[in-house]
Amino acid sequence: MFKLIELIGRSITVFAEELGRILILFVTTVRQMVALPLEIRGTFKQMLEIGIRSTPVVLITAIFTGMVFALQTYTGFKRFGAETLVASVVALSMTRELGPVLTGLIVAGRAGAAIAAELGTMRVTEQIDALETLATNPIKYLIVPRFIAGIFMLPALVIIADIIGIIGGYIVTVGLFEASSTVYWKRTWDYLEVSDIYNGLIKSGFFGASIALISSYKGFYTSGGAEGVGKATTGAVVLSSMTILISDYFLSALLFK
Amino acid sequence: MIEIIDLHKSFNTKHVLQGVNLKVEKGESMVVIGGSGSGKSVLIKHIIGIIKPDNDKGKVLIDGIDIATLKENELYEVRKKFGMLFQAGALFDSLSVWENIGFVLLRQKKMNEKDVKAFAVEKLKLVGLVGVEDLMPSELSGGMKKRVGLARAIAHEPEILLYDEPTTGLDPIMADAINDLIVEMKKHLSITSVTITHDMNSAYKIADRIAMLYEGKIISVGSPDEIKNTQNPFVHQFITGSAIGPIKLEGVHHERAFNRA
Repeated sequence: MFKLIELIGRSITVFAEELGRILILFVTTVRQMVALPLEIRGTFKQMLEIGIRSTPVVLITAIFTGMVFALQTYTGFKRFGAETLVASVVALSMTRELGPVLTGLIVAGRAGAAIAAELGTMRVTEQIDALETLATNPIKYLIVPRFIAGIFMLPALVIIADIIGIIGGYIVTVGLFEASSTVYWKRTWDYLEVSDIYNGLIKSGFFGASIALISSYKGFYTSGGAEGVGKATTGAVVLSSMTILISDYFLSALLFK
Repeated sequence: MIEIIDLHKSFNTKHVLQGVNLKVEKGESMVVIGGSGSGKSVLIKHIIGIIKPDNDKGKVLIDGIDIATLKENELYEVRKKFGMLFQAGALFDSLSVWENIGFVLLRQKKMNEKDVKAFAVEKLKLVGLVGVEDLMPSELSGGMKKRVGLARAIAHEPEILLYDEPTTGLDPIMADAINDLIVEMKKHLSITSVTITHDMNSAYKIADRIAMLYEGKIISVGSPDEIKNTQNPFVHQFITGSAIGPIKLEGVHHERAFNRA
């Protein structure tokens, strides 16, 4: 019994300590973001890495998500004669929920793992110490560009995912079930509000910042050689994904009233 | 001048440095010897401020300034006096050789890329490398990585050079070539240096003075000749490389099973 309490206590301490360190890293990162010189070159490089290179996998995910959503809702809605609402359901769910969350999870798996592995390797091979000796703040040089890229590139990817998801729904509804193309587009816009789109984008900006910060944190504080890098990478993907799913609920409750 | 006063450092329950005292004069080459895990790397990282001492337990003075008390910007200013050669080179593997050497200049943007590259080629010549400027670190051998690391460390003309195990992992010939290079750096650039190593050939060749770190303290300091003729049983055991003596090897028992048979 005491062991159980001890275990719970220790887990809470570890969690609180980790949360505190991530918050400190967040504050330092924001402070370094505005300090001169700006990391413009590094930021563009990371935008390419996190944003552009994630596009193909986001496209595939979005189109199939839109398609399967239309497939499932069409057969379901047909039972009570509401097939024309498929377009509205696809548009609303893509912009409000599926676009931001699925894109977030994919970027966490792809770019989050890459960030943690790269920074983790730099830590264990003393490259981060070397930066310090060359009078360069490693948080500014390494984490700031990734953080900015995360904040801006995730919403950009979500815009693409939203559009492609809706097109995926169109392919199934109009192409497979031979519904009217005009009705699909009309229904897409009928119930969709601008706030659905931008609130989805705000959520994704938060997800992008979380992925970049958590993955950088895991990589930056890696210890224990190759095994440590492996653990950091796994930890980055798991913690980023959990943060996305949990914060999604609270952000949705806050934003979509 | 570097002065380390009663320096303590613990990691969790492990008390790695237990009151280190050491003074390195300007222009002097100090070599710190000690076994694996004796805290040599921790000591050298304190000198450049990457690791900070335990709360109020010791000081590291660089030209009279206690670097543990400095603010971040001030610390980066003091670090400009330093160059450090890491054990495996610690080259940035996303950058080419010349970009590694010109790293600080490229960031300062005071020189165009062409000039920085020409500057890097000059520094490479100083460490005996030609025609490698466009290679990536992954394409270099261990010895070449150390040379490039040294070129990067001396690029901004530091007053103090720190060498972390400069000959570890190299074949004897390459190790000797690196030792020669360290001696040349001292001769031509009149640099103050602190080297940590467990390679005694290297220590004798490059040191003005040798200090031995054992159980978190400096137990002996002297010229290479004084160290060679030491009466201290710990130092004697270490420099002669004997497994038998007062130094206990962690987790190793001298009376092995087959000896008893």
